[in-house]
Amino acid sequence: MVLSPADKTNVKTTWDKLGGHAGEYGGEALERTFMSFPTTKTYFPHFDLSPGSAQVKAHGKKVADALTTAVAHIDDLPGALSALSDLHAYKLRVDPVNFKLLSHCLLVTLACHHPAEFTPAVHASLDKFFSTVSTVLTSKYR
Amino acid sequence: MVHLTADEKAAVTALWGKVNVDEVGGEALGRLLVVYPWTQRFFDSFGDLSSPDAVMGNPKVKAHGKKVLNSFSDGLKNLDNLKGTFAKLSELHCDKLHVDPENFKLLGNVLVCVLARHFGKQFTPQAQGAFQKVVAGVANALAHKYH
Repeated sequence: MVLSPADKTNVKTTWDKLGGHAGEYGGEALERTFMSFPTTKTYFPHFDLSPGSAQVKAHGKKVADALTTAVAHIDDLPGALSALSDLHAYKLRVDPVNFKLLSHCLLVTLACHHPAEFTPAVHASLDKFFSTVSTVLTSKYR
Repeated sequence: MVHLTADEKAAVTALWGKVNVDEVGGEALGRLLVVYPWTQRFFDSFGDLSSPDAVMGNPKVKAHGKKVLNSFSDGLKNLDNLKGTFAKLSELHCDKLHVDPENFKLLGNVLVCVLARHFGKQFTPQAQGAFQKVVAGVANALAHKYH
């Protein structure tokens, strides 16, 4: 699966329209993930996961900032995400199935806040983008 | 069987009551075909699916989406017996239509995205959680008779 030039444009254009809310959306996507898919909470026993948790918001911002970096380097995702890829492979070891769950909740969050931007074509491009990022982050697992 | 709390049942009922089932069906099926183009394999007879606009405007896609979502709607009235409600459809999808049950999960998640787009902030994390349980239950029920 390859990101076409149109996909890259869709992702960059959409990300630019988030208007500085990316960090907030990262937190919301995490909250949605924990609520809809409780097994994902097993990776955060050290966190307060109650609604409105400051730790979840902070972590969501971290995730969103990484995605913003990925968007800025969309032509070289393996390069841009190399350190994060190492982290996930050797330290965090989050089971690959969970990347799909978070990706889905990122789509849901964006759909909620930007319904007009979330056209079928943009939906497809974002899904491909998150899938590509997930593949890079799990690429060194074995 | 899907285990929804009383609050979750209320959230699902409240939101579903505001859904234009015919339109949302067409949008969900259309987005499935656009976002996961390999799902088009089941719809060779539908005509032009060559671009997102062609898919979303295709009358056969809209009609079929309407059919699918009305069926899903029936399921919502029988959350305590999804397997019974969808038994015949499960056999049909296995024996006649030969649809990989993975596709039910894909459509369920696309439907959640469509609801999110329509309802915005009303589609709270709690509401999403309830709907994720429902779409998972329906997908399992539709796969139940596979052999």
